[in-house]
Amino acid sequence: MALYSDKVMDHFLQPRNLGVIENADGIGEVGNAKCGDIMKMYLKIDDDTITDVKFETFGCASAIASSSMATELIKGQRVEDALKLTNKAVAEALDGLPAYKMHCSVLAEEAIRAALEDYKKKKSEKE
Amino acid sequence: MQIYADNAATTKMSDAAIEAMTDCMRNWYGNPSSLYTIGQKAKEKLEEAREEIAKVINAEPREIIFTSGGSESDNQALLTAAIDGKSKGKKHIISSAFEHHAILHTLNKLEKNGFEITLLPVHENGIIRLDELEAAIREDTCLVTIMTANNEIGTIQPISEIGAICKKHGVVFHTDAVQAVGHLPIDVKAQNIDMLSASAHKFHGPKGTGFLYVRKGIIPKNLIEGGAQERGKRAGTENLPGIMAMSAALKEAVAGMEHNNDHMSEIRDYLISGLSEIPHSALNGDAKQRLAGNVNFSFEGIEGEGILLLLDQRGISASSGSACTSGALDPSHVLLAIGRIHDVAHGSLRLSVGEDITKKEADYIITSVKEVVAHLRSFSPVWRDLTDGKKEFILQ
Repeated sequence: MALYSDKVMDHFLQPRNLGVIENADGIGEVGNAKCGDIMKMYLKIDDDTITDVKFETFGCASAIASSSMATELIKGQRVEDALKLTNKAVAEALDGLPAYKMHCSVLAEEAIRAALEDYKKKKSEKE
Repeated sequence: MQIYADNAATTKMSDAAIEAMTDCMRNWYGNPSSLYTIGQKAKEKLEEAREEIAKVINAEPREIIFTSGGSESDNQALLTAAIDGKSKGKKHIISSAFEHHAILHTLNKLEKNGFEITLLPVHENGIIRLDELEAAIREDTCLVTIMTANNEIGTIQPISEIGAICKKHGVVFHTDAVQAVGHLPIDVKAQNIDMLSASAHKFHGPKGTGFLYVRKGIIPKNLIEGGAQERGKRAGTENLPGIMAMSAALKEAVAGMEHNNDHMSEIRDYLISGLSEIPHSALNGDAKQRLAGNVNFSFEGIEGEGILLLLDQRGISASSGSACTSGALDPSHVLLAIGRIHDVAHGSLRLSVGEDITKKEADYIITSVKEVVAHLRSFSPVWRDLTDGKKEFILQ
C-alpha cells in the first residue's frame, strides 16, 4: 500500500490555488518551522463570500495536499459556512491521511480559520 | 531513469549472494547441529562462511557470532560490556551523540539501570575529537562505543586512534560498523577493536543477517537463550541461507572495494559540487572524511518529505532526516548533533549511491534536485520571508 492516497498525491503534485493574493481581505498563518509545517492562507472576500483563495505551505506532502484541499473546499463559500470547515472534512476529501499525518489537516483547518478571523477583525475595524 | 540512491538504507542483493542463498536452500538444507551427513555438510558451509568473514576483518573464526543483523549485534555488544563492567564496579559508558538508535536506545536502557553515559559531541564536521574522548575516560569506564561511519552523513571516525586510546586505558572498544563493513578496510587487530557489529544487507547481502565480532578474552552475554548454537552465545538454528549469502556478498564487496570507492567518491564529489550550486544549501558532515557513496545536504526553506516524493516521481530513491519522513516530531538526531537547527534539519536530503552509479545519472540527480528544490521553495512561506528579508538565512 502506498503511503498516501491518490487524492493526496494529486493535490501534492498539482496543488490547487497556489500563490498569494495582493491586498488580501484576510490572511492567516499557522505552524512553525521548528515543527516542520507552516501554512499561510490568503482570502479575497466580496460581500461575505470567498471569491478567491490562495495558499503557501512549508511542510510535507500531506501538509501541502491538506492546504490545497482546504482551499478547494471553501472557495465560493459564505464566510459563516467556511468557518465550519473541520480537519475531518479535509482529511475525508483527501480519502484519508495516515494517522500520524492527521495534524496536517488540523493545521489546514486552523489556517483557514485564522484567515477568516483576520478578515472579520479587519471588517469590524473598518465599520 | 531509475536511480536507487538509498544504499545506506539497504542494498540490492548481489547475484553472488542470491546464488549462495539459493544454493544453500536447495542443497544445504540440513540443520548444522544434526550429526548425520546432511547436517554436517551444512555445518561445514557454516564454518566456511565464518572463516571467510573472519578473514575480512582479520579476526579468528571463533570470534564471529552470527546474528540477525546490526541492531542485534549492537544490543549484544553493549549488554556484554555492561555486564562485565558492572561485575567490576565499572558503570560508565562513552559513546557519541549521533550513534544509531540501536546504540542510543540501548544506552538509554542501561542508564535507567544505573549506568552513567557520556555522549561525546560530534562537532560541525560530524567527527569526534580524540582529546575529548581521552578526557572523558574515567576509572569506572567499562566501554567506549563509537560507530565506524555514520549512517546519515557518512562521516568516518578515527577508529584506529580510538582503538589505541582505549587500549592505553584498558577500556573495551566496540564499534557499530554497519555502514563500514564491505566499504572500508577493517582490521580488528591493528585497530584494537574489541567488538564490532555488521549487517549483511548494507553490502549487497540479505536482510535479517549480520554478525558480531567479539575479541577472544571477552565472553559474550546472551540476548537469546536456548540451544548451543554459536558456542552457546546465540541460540536458534543458524540462518544458513542468509549466512552463506552474507559471506558471498562480503567477499565480493571486499574484492571490489578499492576500485568501487575510487569511482563512487569521484561521483560523490561531483554531486556535492553540483548540489552546492543551489543557493542557501549546505553539505552535512565533513566533505572528505566520509563514505564514498554518501551525500547529505540541507536546503533552507523547504521540508524533506516533499523532496523525496518529487524525486521518486522522477525515478530517484533517496532519504531525508526530516521529522515527517519518520513519523517523529523532531528531525534527525544526527543533523541536530552536528549543529543544524530544526528549521534546516527538516529540509535535508541523503543520497547514498551504489557502485554502479554513472556520471550521467549524477547529472540527472543534480538537475532533478535543483528543480525540485526550486519548485518547493516557490510556494514556501518560509522561503518568501527569507527572500523578502523578514527572516535571516541560516545557510548562506
